[in-house]
Amino acid sequence: MTLGIVMLCHTALDRAAQVARHWAVAGCPVVLHVDAKVPAAEFGQLQTALADLTKIRFSRRFACEWGTWSLVEASQIAATAMLSEFPEVRHVYLTSGSCLPLRPVAELRAYLDSHPRTDFIESVMAGDVGWTVGGLDLERFTLRFPFSWRRQRKLFDAYVTVQRKLGIRRRIPAGITPHLGSQWWCLTRQSLSAVLESPDRAKYDDYFKRVWIPDESYFQTLIRLVSAKLESRSLTLAKFDVQGRPHIFYDDHRQLLRRSECFVARKIWPHAEGLYDSFLAQTPPRDVQPDPNPTGIDRLFSAAKDRRLAGRTGLYMQSRFPHASHGGDTCAAPYSVLAGFSALFENFADWLSRTSATKVHGHLFAPDRVEFAGNETVYAGGLSDNARHRDYNPRSFLTSLIWNTRGEHQSFQFAPADAQPIASFIAQDPNARVSLISGAFLVPLFQSNRNFGEIRAEAARLQKIEGEFLSLLRGPKTRARVRIWTLAEFIESPMAALQSLVSDIAPRSEMRVTEVPKLVDLQGFDQFLQNLRNQGMQLTLLGDLSAESGNAPRDQQPNRPYVVR
Amino acid sequence: MGLMSSYRLRLQRRRLIARALLRRGELTSVVNRLGQLPRHPVLVFTTLRNERVRLPYFLQYYRGLGVDHFLMVDNGSDDGSRDYLAEQPDVSLWDANASYGKSRYGMDWIMYLLRQYGEGNWCLTVDVDEFLVYPFCETRPLRALTDWLDASNIRTFSAMLLDMYPKGNGGEQLYLEGQNPFEIAEWFDAGNYTISPNPSHSNLWIQGGPRARTFFPGNPKAAPALNKIPLVKWRRPYAYVSSTHMMLPRGLNLTYDQSGGEKASGCLLHAKFLNTLAEKAAEESQRREHYRKGHEYAAYHRGLSDEPDFWCRWSERYTNWKQLETLGLISKGNWA
Repeated sequence: MTLGIVMLCHTALDRAAQVARHWAVAGCPVVLHVDAKVPAAEFGQLQTALADLTKIRFSRRFACEWGTWSLVEASQIAATAMLSEFPEVRHVYLTSGSCLPLRPVAELRAYLDSHPRTDFIESVMAGDVGWTVGGLDLERFTLRFPFSWRRQRKLFDAYVTVQRKLGIRRRIPAGITPHLGSQWWCLTRQSLSAVLESPDRAKYDDYFKRVWIPDESYFQTLIRLVSAKLESRSLTLAKFDVQGRPHIFYDDHRQLLRRSECFVARKIWPHAEGLYDSFLAQTPPRDVQPDPNPTGIDRLFSAAKDRRLAGRTGLYMQSRFPHASHGGDTCAAPYSVLAGFSALFENFADWLSRTSATKVHGHLFAPDRVEFAGNETVYAGGLSDNARHRDYNPRSFLTSLIWNTRGEHQSFQFAPADAQPIASFIAQDPNARVSLISGAFLVPLFQSNRNFGEIRAEAARLQKIEGEFLSLLRGPKTRARVRIWTLAEFIESPMAALQSLVSDIAPRSEMRVTEVPKLVDLQGFDQFLQNLRNQGMQLTLLGDLSAESGNAPRDQQPNRPYVVR
Repeated sequence: MGLMSSYRLRLQRRRLIARALLRRGELTSVVNRLGQLPRHPVLVFTTLRNERVRLPYFLQYYRGLGVDHFLMVDNGSDDGSRDYLAEQPDVSLWDANASYGKSRYGMDWIMYLLRQYGEGNWCLTVDVDEFLVYPFCETRPLRALTDWLDASNIRTFSAMLLDMYPKGNGGEQLYLEGQNPFEIAEWFDAGNYTISPNPSHSNLWIQGGPRARTFFPGNPKAAPALNKIPLVKWRRPYAYVSSTHMMLPRGLNLTYDQSGGEKASGCLLHAKFLNTLAEKAAEESQRREHYRKGHEYAAYHRGLSDEPDFWCRWSERYTNWKQLETLGLISKGNWA
């Protein structure tokens, strides 16, 4: 059986010559179409380079532009030449100058021999395809496209919009159903000649001349009228990126390409010396005939697509800096913000870290320095404990910390006395888990050895700050997961609250809280509160803290750790 | 962005270009080998002063990436740099004996050369201690990257500056001519960078790294900018505004995606902190010609003599571009 190769070339003619020679030497006639825009000198060089080969022809040259009829015309002319010049040809394979055969030609021939009547052409009903860039699928066939998409994009778009608005539509010729697919096909002589010699060809050609990107639809549509046996897939491995441009293959893809077992790949970087050397080496055909299976390459390119479109959540860097509405308001992983706990319990961070087996920091936003876990002065990624650095860009600080420590849950203490500018970011971050005991900020004041006048002023200041944080957390923009207890509620049943905190931080651990942290001594706290009230302060955030419950939580004796069974 | 600010930026751009043209008289051609270039060469543009020891590896590194030609401006070297460069077959060399500070730290000279020889070509503007790393750079030459950028209609490629440092006192390990500087300065800070958008020019300001951490504890705002756009398909109307940190027209600064995706980007590994520095910082501190009148160098000078060790237990040891991509410092974007 003879396989004929049609090559559409416009750049890197030295590579095209190399590949044409490879096909020809293996016994395949080759017809090259060289873009009319290629200078005569270069074309001459190509002809000279292939002059010693008898099975090479050059077809009439058209100036080709992407997305236009010229590409179909070039394919028609070259295919016609192939069929008439080489009567022995049974399958015609349309390729480009940047295609590279990946398997020995004999294997391709054997494959076609086992499918002697089959046309290999991707042909998908328009409207069913999901891959068209710009959202035009069926409209390719019903609108008019007099403007160039590449050179006159604004006019192109405007004209499409106008036609849509006015409802202007072209009539699709009777008898054809628009299909789309990869332009790289391999057709039998019978089918191909039936398309080219069809009595209606003039009518179809007239119609397709005004279809957009007809090289992806002309043969794909008309083949449906004539094919005896059609496999809707291309034998050429060609993948497109998010912009609709072909992915390019380099030397480092060699293993993937080899493992894909595809017959031909497009598009190859012209300077990929290693690919040309290894795949154009004359290798004998193998006995086994594996089917093409490009899953490795598919995976690679779909990862690239994800990266370009979605990126890595919570990563802020030189080439990814999303708007708040596009994921610019979140950290890379869930983290816990604990407000009030360290005021109520002694060594709370240590306890929580031990109990949940995760990283628990002190007050990361403390006014004087960053209290990293373990009291470190520099932390993951090289973050400094310098408060000025942190406050220079608190958002970068927090997102960096969570990014740098991904894989390990981070928690930190937060209090109204801390630097507050980060608060709004935390509130809207879906990865933030905020647990807050409102009014707990009064406890350190209660314990402090300061003049009461100062305490009174500080209490009012902190209450205002905490009030603002609370209204932020209760606001409509909040996407953080928020749990709020008043001090009164918390003291009522601290165990339940702590247990929920731990299971939140380490959800998979079956751990039950067996050791509880030591509550600070609240003896006299109720009197302290009363003194504040007597000084004219309204305590709004504590909840209903009665004089009795103020110093003796129901399920816990103060000052004595105990064990829950 | 209103009409007025667009107009202001246009004036700024014109002024920068005019400056470059005015200062072309300060350049004297020493040797010009640009006649023998292939079509659409990849070009490197560099200003230097007394970098003789660093030059061999610098040239070797970029030749390895497939750079076609180096256009270099020598600002009064007296250590043999000039003669060494003049002998290199792929270097064109200019003398500039005027003030480095007054020429916008060499940018006026470089911009003139970019205008003159860069038009329509991919141009990489780097210092002698900056080494471009980009996705797949071990297997794909620079030409593969620029071809892909061309095919994707991308005009500029960002590569943030990554300060590399040795473990222990930089002065202890002697940097030898021709040596890969990252055999000594093999450590970097992986994740302490701050990013803030600059609405007037649409670029991102990136600061941080070991210098911010060590030299600028009280004043992070004064820490050097690390965002860079060194690789550009040059056109006459383009201008570098502040070193290679940002450009005009400002659309060229949009090297980052704002809808959540990642664009492709690289890093400039910065081999500044080597033993040659101690000497140099003393010299530059005297000359006070560098950015902010040598302020930064004075800080280095103090820093290097006081507590010269950037290394901490969170320092990351450099292995390859894949590591930088995993750490989120660079991205492959949709290049696969």
